[in-house]
Amino acid sequence: MAMLEIKDLEVYYGMIHAIKGVSFEVNEGEVIALIGANGAGKTTILHTITGLLAAKSGSVTFEGENITKIPAHKIVSLGMAHVPEGRRVFAELSVYQNLKMGAYTRSDKNEIESTLSMVYKRFPRLEERKNQMAGTLSGGEQQMLAMGRALMSHPKIILMDEPSMGLSPILVNEIFDIIRSVNETGTTVLLVEQNAKKALAIANRAYVLETGKIVTSGNADILMNDNAIKKAYLGE
Amino acid sequence: MSFLNYLISGISLGSVYAIIALGYTMVYGIAKMLNFAHGDVIMVGAYTVFIATASAGLPTIPAIILSMIVCTALGMAIEKVAYRPLRNAASPLAVLITAIGVSYLLQNLALLIFGSNTKSFTSAVNFPAIKLAGGQLNITGETSVTILACVLIMIGLTLFINKTKPGQAMLAVSEDKGAAQLMGINVNGTIALTFAIGSALAAIAGVLLCSAYPSLTPYTGSMPGIKAFVAAVFGGIGSVPGAMIGGILLGIIEIFGKAYISSQMADAIVFAVLIVVLLVKPTGLMGKKIQEKV
Repeated sequence: MAMLEIKDLEVYYGMIHAIKGVSFEVNEGEVIALIGANGAGKTTILHTITGLLAAKSGSVTFEGENITKIPAHKIVSLGMAHVPEGRRVFAELSVYQNLKMGAYTRSDKNEIESTLSMVYKRFPRLEERKNQMAGTLSGGEQQMLAMGRALMSHPKIILMDEPSMGLSPILVNEIFDIIRSVNETGTTVLLVEQNAKKALAIANRAYVLETGKIVTSGNADILMNDNAIKKAYLGE
Repeated sequence: MSFLNYLISGISLGSVYAIIALGYTMVYGIAKMLNFAHGDVIMVGAYTVFIATASAGLPTIPAIILSMIVCTALGMAIEKVAYRPLRNAASPLAVLITAIGVSYLLQNLALLIFGSNTKSFTSAVNFPAIKLAGGQLNITGETSVTILACVLIMIGLTLFINKTKPGQAMLAVSEDKGAAQLMGINVNGTIALTFAIGSALAAIAGVLLCSAYPSLTPYTGSMPGIKAFVAAVFGGIGSVPGAMIGGILLGIIEIFGKAYISSQMADAIVFAVLIVVLLVKPTGLMGKKIQEKV
């Protein structure tokens, strides 16, 4: 059984039919990439999964439980974290406060402390800047903070929305290395990216989204050598 | 010596404004709305104490606690019935106009229930006046209690926001409701809690205000409400220390204006100072710089 299963999802923004019957699944331990151009509906799908948007019809099932109607604030404690597009760190709070906010639903102080030291180990720069206000961090550091904050909930699956957006090529590589290592330590990853090349390089499987519909899917290494995909998304 | 007397009564009046302004500023910071009915919650709080002590014969402290409970329930009910359905309305004006409507509704309900006669409020403060400098400096019990209450509320609120989980949730919600939800924070619950705290503080402000100025009518909360709103803007709306500083400065300016310039002009002076502050520092004294970062 898939860990996360999206079935016949339809989402509207007012009159706009944004997602037109999307189905896909994510198995435990996988890195799944959702690629597509700007406006294809990638972010909308993530927002619907975590309850920030309501689906018109269709279902989202997580570990066998239908979570379509569960409000956004109850999702994270099920074991699903979402790193939103544009990082959305709490700019007026310190790095440390942001990380603590990520563990908002957890109560065991010792467990939170051990997750925190794990996050600091993964992102030493966050520890160096723990008392700095998040708004003063660079874009790359804010992305690390957003990822660290999500990890603080100790998720089974982590949804990442455009983690490479606006970052320099070196930082993009660094971020993708981190995503790979987060996955290797046992967290399933659903990755939304415009940088299809990078996303396919670390994904097991991928789904290609065009104007609210999945047009192609398959193993990442096969998609990477698909001529149509190469032309449309990989710039070759 | 009269200067010191004026200063102290200014701080005392300002403390009441500060307590009311906290309600304005917290609700603005978290729900991004101006709750213009906040002043009238003060009036409801004062009437509750008046009825509880004068008609029901309750002692002062239980009456004040009852009043806080009534105001908390009222504030949460207003939020749930009148404001929450409009939270995602297309225009932010919808909720602003509703707030003005709620304000008139409360005033007119009070008019209907209690009548338009001025009730003479018996001071809830039972604390001796302090006479210093051979009787030249006279600090009434009301003054001391008001200033003390303001300081305690300020300390309590600061600790609450910085040291407790619901307080941290307020900070998160005030910055980014969506991201707060992703952290597992119940945004509607946090906004309701903010209204609850603001309204409980309004009850305390109502008692303190009517103890110092003992005439109670359905319009009692209206002018202090507006002045506290000015205080909140003056200090930087959304900022808790700003509400405190704005409130106290406003009280001092008002009393000095009355004492040294003209008692008729005092309110005009208060608003003129606000205009000058906003021209020089548009976000208020403690206001955050508005930065746009892409």
